Amino acid sequence: MAVVKLEQLSKSVVQGPSLSTGAIPTKDWMDTPAVFKPGNFAYQAKVEKVEYLDSQKDLSFPNAREWSPDEDDWKLPEDWKEIILQGLKERLDKFRSLKIFMDCCVRCGACADKCHFFLGTGDPKNMPVMRAELLRSVYRNDFTLAGKIMGKMAGAREMTVGVLKEWFMYSYQCTECRRCSVFCPYGIDTAEVTMMLRELLHLVGVGINWILEPASNSNRTGNHMGLQPHTFKDNVDFLAEDVENLTGVKINHSFNRKGAEVLFITPSADVFAEPGLYTAMGYLALFEEIGLDYTWSTYASEGGNFGLFTNNELMKKLNAKMYAEAKRLGVKYIIGGECGHMWRVLHQYMDTMNGPADFLEVPKSSITGTVFDNAASTKMIHISEFTADLIRHNKLKFDPSRNDHVKATYHDSCNPARAMGLMDEPRYILDHVVNNWVEMPENTIREQTFCCGSGTGLNTDEIMELRMRAGLPRANAVKHVIDKHDVNMLSCVCAIDRATLTSLMDYWNPGCGVCGVSELVGNALVMKGENRQELTEGLRTLV
Amino acid sequence: MKYAFSFLAVIALILIAWLGSQIPGMEYLFGVAIPYLAILVFLGGFVYRVMQWAKSPVPFPIQTTCGQGKSLDFIKRDKLDCPNTNSEVIARMFLEIFAFRSLFRNTKSELHEGPKITYESSKWLWLFALIFHYSFLVIVLRHMRLFTNPVPGWIQAIELGDAMLQIGAPTLYLTNIGLVLGVVLLFGRRLTNPHVRFISLVNDYFPLVLILGIAITGILMRYFLRTDIDIVNIKALLVGLATLQPVISAEIGAIFYIHIFLVSVLLAYFPFSKLMHLGGVFMSPTRNMKNNTRAVRHINPWNDPNIKPHSYAGYEDEFREYMVDAGIPVEKELPPKKDEA
Ligand code: SF4
Ligand code: SF4
Repeated sequence: MAVVKLEQLSKSVVQGPSLSTGAIPTKDWMDTPAVFKPGNFAYQAKVEKVEYLDSQKDLSFPNAREWSPDEDDWKLPEDWKEIILQGLKERLDKFRSLKIFMDCCVRCGACADKCHFFLGTGDPKNMPVMRAELLRSVYRNDFTLAGKIMGKMAGAREMTVGVLKEWFMYSYQCTECRRCSVFCPYGIDTAEVTMMLRELLHLVGVGINWILEPASNSNRTGNHMGLQPHTFKDNVDFLAEDVENLTGVKINHSFNRKGAEVLFITPSADVFAEPGLYTAMGYLALFEEIGLDYTWSTYASEGGNFGLFTNNELMKKLNAKMYAEAKRLGVKYIIGGECGHMWRVLHQYMDTMNGPADFLEVPKSSITGTVFDNAASTKMIHISEFTADLIRHNKLKFDPSRNDHVKATYHDSCNPARAMGLMDEPRYILDHVVNNWVEMPENTIREQTFCCGSGTGLNTDEIMELRMRAGLPRANAVKHVIDKHDVNMLSCVCAIDRATLTSLMDYWNPGCGVCGVSELVGNALVMKGENRQELTEGLRTLV
Repeated sequence: MKYAFSFLAVIALILIAWLGSQIPGMEYLFGVAIPYLAILVFLGGFVYRVMQWAKSPVPFPIQTTCGQGKSLDFIKRDKLDCPNTNSEVIARMFLEIFAFRSLFRNTKSELHEGPKITYESSKWLWLFALIFHYSFLVIVLRHMRLFTNPVPGWIQAIELGDAMLQIGAPTLYLTNIGLVLGVVLLFGRRLTNPHVRFISLVNDYFPLVLILGIAITGILMRYFLRTDIDIVNIKALLVGLATLQPVISAEIGAIFYIHIFLVSVLLAYFPFSKLMHLGGVFMSPTRNMKNNTRAVRHINPWNDPNIKPHSYAGYEDEFREYMVDAGIPVEKELPPKKDEA
């Protein structure tokens, strides 16, 4: 999909007739159907991917078929409506959050302009409150007294194919970033609503390939990229060799090794493509330097979890590999790499779904002796927590001037910020490894951070314009510090970000790179016995 | 349209009460039966709704963290926005419920040429909401004087505070102005802010207009139509209602019946509307949960223990040959190759 030119999009965002530029739609939203055309929807899941997932024990992904969102007939099962309404009823009974969020919204509009999709597209249905109303209207119609008696007057509407199509469109224009939830007086989290919508859509076979393919890969090969064990190992070996070439220090790492103290799991994207590769090199250098007794796993070779973007069952099934592998290998605890949605699952879901991990020990750094009580139950800690603790105890020697080619800023990924509260560990690390880094404006960082615009499996090329629009608030904040402070590097702790922000920067702010915090750690690390060349670009230097 | 309908509906309600209460013998319907029914519906409905919510479990801890969580001891944590203990959660909830803290954060974004997006603090909604809700609360509390005999000291204290300005006779209550002002501001905001106007439903305009009707009839009664009503009889009736021995001993005045009818409608409407946010705000999982989820396991009652990962054995079976070739340890060795045997 050819992406619209920068000048054109810049104009269109500001001047195009949209609710965010002041043009008020004259039609009621219920009378405005969703129209699919190339570029405004992510491709439907391939038949074989849906079939594969459906064939797995414990999973249900029915109605695999050839179809396309821009065709009229979506080939839904005959009783699709009963399935959806029944599915909604079940979820209302299973999730208090859903009930409360359906009942309590007062349409105050505090969330309206907090969503990056709304800011970038101006589409009124991208206001979080509207997104939720798409479901709420059906909920009113079938599950509330007022809706049953008063119908449309009370904001109720019947479930129709048109409504279902609208759900599809707008639940895939939400990255479940939770920014809206921060501003809502009742904490209504439209991400939860989006999750429910996506679950409901899967019940009738409506899903996108960019999510279901990685998810099925992850189930089979252990990681989203579909790297088979030998390839996964090759990739890591290759990175280890690179580190050795650059620093002169031989990297000792292992795979599926029983009896290691630590199992290390990171998103497979880190060993697959730039710039994530450099972050992975940073991990390798760091672990080597401190002599950590750890192993990679090819079976649990994915930190991320695209199940989170489909339904609870798949999320649980994919996540379960982590504990299963930790148990099989007999490690003491798990360290997780840099990734946003991965940590949403690890922090808020894993223990509940797949715990208790009583075969593991409360994480205790063998280097500093620190006991990580905050992970006393999950037994899994974040690489930034681990690294910050090492720095605090002076276990690492840095030469921050090795990062002097970098003038960095820091992007809080949605999930660590708003679903975990991990904000200052990466900043603490940055303070020690780079001489120059600055914050973006305060309404765009920490709990108010803006999404990259392509999370929750929307990192697919066919919706590039949508992604660039949704990423605009983030890109704009970066531009601010580029103009003001000559920033040339956007650091983050998220593998999806490393991919998506790269496209975003190339589009809106060409010349600004993207890196993981661990890459900057690796750059600045003074290693024992090193024989380092002049690395003008740190771990990225070509030698 | 939607707001016009709300006005029509409230006007219709006023007419019903006005005309209805004039029919001889109907005083008891409007003064006793309907208020009782409304209170029953309100209490029953409220409890029912809260119980309905409580029936659904909270399967996952989905707190929205709005600050640094508890991790290493040298990382300063935000106890209020990322609570880790019950008392911290209570503090967070207290500020949310009594100070509308999330609304205090509100910003207004604007798109400029460039493109450039700016965010400005915007506290209007917070301010309007505070004026409205606190005025409403004080008025409700003040009204308790009508149901009690003797009037408790705390109610008198509230009245005294509310009449602080000492203007006019009967003295002007600040909250009367506050409530009308609050309604007008919130209503005006709904009409003038394009985002909010777009999302507003009849469900949003109607309660505002209804409350405006209640406020105006109340103000008329207190300040302007005092001679038309008999305050002694009203008090007798209301104390009677509260003690379950209601009597209407004389003509009370139509304006009173209109007022009490609108209040009854509000009470009965309450549990079936968005007004239930009064209960919901206490129960929202994104706000009332602790962020200690890696330290203490949260239990999901419907967690399905049968969901298992794609097994390691199955994985190794599929890829064993590659694994052995690559020198990755395996659980089961490859079967000896036939031609070598
Ligand atoms: S901020 Fe909350 S209550 Fe207000 S419109 Fe948005 S979801 Fe509804
Ligand atoms: S979760 Fe994020 S993307 Fe979704 S509606 Fe809220 S602000 Fe928008």
